[in-house]
Amino acid sequence: MQSDFTSQFPVRVGRTHEVTGPSATSFAFALAGARGGAVLWVCEAWLADQINPMGFGIYMDPQNLLITKVKDQTDALAVTEEALRSGAVSVVIVELTKPLSFTAGRRLQLAAEAGKSTGLCLLPEGMGNNAAQTRWHCAPLFDATPSQTDSTLQRWEIIKNKSGTLKIWDVKWDAQTRRISVVSEVAQRTGSARTPD
Amino acid sequence: MNAQAERAGLHRGMGFSDARAFCRDLQSRPADVRSDQRFLHSLARWSERYCPWVGLDGDDGLVLNIAGSAHLFGGESAMLGDMRHRLARTGLSARLGVADTRGAAWAFAHFSAGQTGARLRDLPVAALRLEAKTCTALQRVGLRHVSDVMALPRASVARRFGQDVLMRLDQALGDIPEEISPLQEAPRYAAQMSFPDPIGTGDDIMAAAERLLAQVCMRLKTQEMGARILQLTLRRVDQKSQQVELRLAAPLRDAKRILPLFQRGVDAVDPGFGIDQIQLQATRVEPLEIQQIDHTGSKVATKLDDLITRIGVRVGLDNVQRFLPADSHIPERSFLTASAAHSRASGAWVHLRTRPIRLFGPDPIAAQGTRPPQTFRWRRMFLTTARATGPERIAPEWWFSDDNWRSGVRDYWRVETRQGRRLWLFYTPQNPGWFVHGEFA
Repeated sequence: MQSDFTSQFPVRVGRTHEVTGPSATSFAFALAGARGGAVLWVCEAWLADQINPMGFGIYMDPQNLLITKVKDQTDALAVTEEALRSGAVSVVIVELTKPLSFTAGRRLQLAAEAGKSTGLCLLPEGMGNNAAQTRWHCAPLFDATPSQTDSTLQRWEIIKNKSGTLKIWDVKWDAQTRRISVVSEVAQRTGSARTPD
Repeated sequence: MNAQAERAGLHRGMGFSDARAFCRDLQSRPADVRSDQRFLHSLARWSERYCPWVGLDGDDGLVLNIAGSAHLFGGESAMLGDMRHRLARTGLSARLGVADTRGAAWAFAHFSAGQTGARLRDLPVAALRLEAKTCTALQRVGLRHVSDVMALPRASVARRFGQDVLMRLDQALGDIPEEISPLQEAPRYAAQMSFPDPIGTGDDIMAAAERLLAQVCMRLKTQEMGARILQLTLRRVDQKSQQVELRLAAPLRDAKRILPLFQRGVDAVDPGFGIDQIQLQATRVEPLEIQQIDHTGSKVATKLDDLITRIGVRVGLDNVQRFLPADSHIPERSFLTASAAHSRASGAWVHLRTRPIRLFGPDPIAAQGTRPPQTFRWRRMFLTTARATGPERIAPEWWFSDDNWRSGVRDYWRVETRQGRRLWLFYTPQNPGWFVHGEFA
């Protein structure tokens, strides 16, 4: 079960991936922490929801994070491509607000391949792009264990995978070992099947 | 020491309490030696309008070698008059003296008190630039003027007062030559190139920039400096000029690394009918020591600096930021965002309590009471509280005026909802209301 998860996460280097859902931010920082090295976060300057270094410090060292505020999505994509291609940062995370065209997605993919770095697009739900290697949907879960007042229980689900199967895991952040640990694998129910997009 | 103080009887080296006895309303300020020096250097630069040989004399004087340039101003006295006039116009009082030797000029400037017809021999012995101790010794035996010393046999002067007196006397009279060491000109990190035929293509401009860059970088290297801002000025045939500015994320003098960073700016240039002159200037430089070449970690750092520069060219260098820890309990102020190019990553991130991974507006929600609501509506979602942890009271920092914290103290609750979302809610008891401020991982 664990090995099955570790074959999928951390996600493959030299590719761009996508993540949606309310816990996408946690996924992004968990990936950045697992990968190590410098991380570039690209977002549009007008976005009101700001990332908080006091909060994501449990996942990764805020020292390693560079944040670039851009004025629109065109600039965001240009900066992302530049950073992926240079290979100077191990992970480039970009917050997108509009759907990505196939051409743009493919360009990011090629840039990641050239720079041997990992790209991650944070997308609003239902805005997937076919060029992405994998797409994840992450949502927080209520942890009914009474003692768990600072739980980070989440459901991570691969909803698109170019080379592999779709799977669902319930995971939480293990503060001691500083990594994501799988709580349980969730069986696919007939009702939870998604229409491929 | 200004003229007013001198009239009151003050002199240099006087104790403050003594000086106040002469001058009741005396005020004291700490001396700013550094600024004084800077001013003297700028005055020296200005003085180059009279002659190219300008040196510093002590910490409050300038010495100019005007040999060969006095006639340009209509003779020595006319030149002095011009100097005095210009200095007075800017509000400076200066003592000026001109003579055939440096020693005599110094004597006239310090002791002739503006009389033009004064002779060196009539001046007091202090005019010979002697130490205060030697001056006192000379005066004690009745030698008050320079002429008194000149009249004595040289051997006995040397025996009784030391070789120094004779040396200063000879310098003042011109028997021993004395050099003026002019100030070194500030290095200029610029180079330019003119073309017999105008050029137009991007490749040609880059090739020219490469040559200029090699010259500028060589100059930077000899001075152990690194460029921070570079400006490429392209002058077109029709006299218009265009500028390509490059702001670097770290001081740099490696032509191979800088050149590709210019590419984007040069591509945007409109050459018109052609460019016939290119100038490259490092407008801001910073010290950059020569470093040992190693094959370990520095390569990643240089790649990152280059990336920051390239991103900066596109979106502005100040928009590439990093987080720095700050000492505050206020969630929004517990960190700073600083320009990545002008700050170094520093450690000491202390996580005392779990904090949300994202911070919001805060968003107001409709709720009553001091305990978190059982159900509430936030961003078009109906949420049911399953578990609430708190309260954690955070008081505003009264020494900052922050509009967001006008509503007084806040009681923060970590609310875990049945739907999964873990939110950071706060209640303001002084101004009842509920808000959502962040979301946990």
